[in-house]
Amino acid sequence: MNISDIIKPENKVYAKSKLLLDKEMHYCPGCSHGTIHKIIAETIDELNIQEQVIGISPVGCAVLAYDYIDIDWQEAAHGRAPALATAIKRLYPDKYVFTYQGDGDLASIGTGEIVHVCNRGDNVTVIFVNNAIYGMTGGQMAPTTLEGMKTATTPKGRSHISSGFPMKITEMLALLPGVVYATRQSVDTPAAERKAKKSMIKAFKSQKLKKGTSFIEIVSTCNSGWKMTPVEANTWMRENMFPVFPPGDIKDETGL
Amino acid sequence: MAVRGAIEVDVELCKGCGVCIVNCPTGAIVLSKSVNGKGYNYSYMDDPEKCTGCTNCAAVCPDTVITVYRVKI
Ligand SMILES: Cc1ncc(C[n+]2csc(CCOP(=O)(O)OP(=O)(O)O)c2C)c(N)n1
Repeated sequence: MNISDIIKPENKVYAKSKLLLDKEMHYCPGCSHGTIHKIIAETIDELNIQEQVIGISPVGCAVLAYDYIDIDWQEAAHGRAPALATAIKRLYPDKYVFTYQGDGDLASIGTGEIVHVCNRGDNVTVIFVNNAIYGMTGGQMAPTTLEGMKTATTPKGRSHISSGFPMKITEMLALLPGVVYATRQSVDTPAAERKAKKSMIKAFKSQKLKKGTSFIEIVSTCNSGWKMTPVEANTWMRENMFPVFPPGDIKDETGL
Repeated sequence: MAVRGAIEVDVELCKGCGVCIVNCPTGAIVLSKSVNGKGYNYSYMDDPEKCTGCTNCAAVCPDTVITVYRVKI
C-alpha cells in the first residue's frame, strides 16, 4: 500500500482543531503552553461552545493566547485574571469564562485574586500552568520552584530558609468550599494529554451547571528556562516535579 | 484487523522539539538532517511501514503541525 492511498481526506483521524488559528505560536520548541492551548481549543470545539466562551489571558509567556484560539478574549494585568473573570461572569452569567495563568501570575503577584475568586466559588474555570519558573522574564524563581532548583534568582538552588517552600496552591485552594473541582494534570505524554483534556471537559460542564469554581493545574515544562532539551525537560518534570506536585484529582464534587 | 497509518508534518511550522519522536510507539518518526526555513530540523515519517496512525505524535505536538491518517487493511 502506498502512502498516497493512506493520505486521503476520508482516512483522516487527527487534524488541527478549527479553533486553532493559523498564526504560528511564538513559544519555544517543545513548550507545554502550545499543547495546553491545543486541548483548550479541542475542548471548546467538542462541546460546541465557541460563541459562548470568554478566555482571560495572563501576563507571562501566554500573554498572546488570544492570537491563537478563535474565541473572545480579554487580557488582564499581571495576576488579575481571576478578578476580571468574576466581573465578566457577573455581566454574562451564561457565558463560559476561564482564566489561563502561569505560576508567577497566579501564585505570586495574583495570590490574593485567585484566593478570593475560589472563596466566592465563582462559576469560572481556572487553567493554571505550573512550570516552576517565571518563563517570560528570564527564568526567575516562582513560588512553585522546587527546593534546590537553580533559577536566575536562585543560582545556588532554592532554599526554604531564604525563599520558603514550593507552594502547593492547588491543595490550598481545594480546601475552600467554593471550589468544586481541583485537579492536577500534565501534557507530556499522549495518555496524560488525553486525561488533561477530559478534566477540561469536566470543568466546563460543571461551570455550565453552576457548581462553583473549577481549577485545573497543569504541571508543565519550561525547557528554555530550565536549560534542557524539550525531551529532557519532560523527563526532569516527571522525576522532580511529580513527587512534589503529584498528578491526579485533589477534589471532585462535580458529580460528573 | 491490521491497520496502516501515515502522518503529514507541516515542516515549515515544525520546531523540531522531538517530543513526537519519543512518544511514537513504533519508532516511525525521526528528525530530518536538513532544516526548514526557520533553521529547525523537522520531524518526518522515516519508515511509513511502521506507522499505525495511533495519533500519539499529534496529541503531544505543541505546535499541532501533524495530521494523521489511518486505514484498516
Ligand atoms: C505588574 C507587573 N509586574 C511584573 C511584570 C513582569 N513580568 C512579566 S511576566 C512575569 C512572570 C511570568 O511568569 P509565569 O506567570 O510563571 O508565566 P510563564 O511566563 O512562565 O508562562 C513577570 C514577573 C509585569 N509584566 N507586570
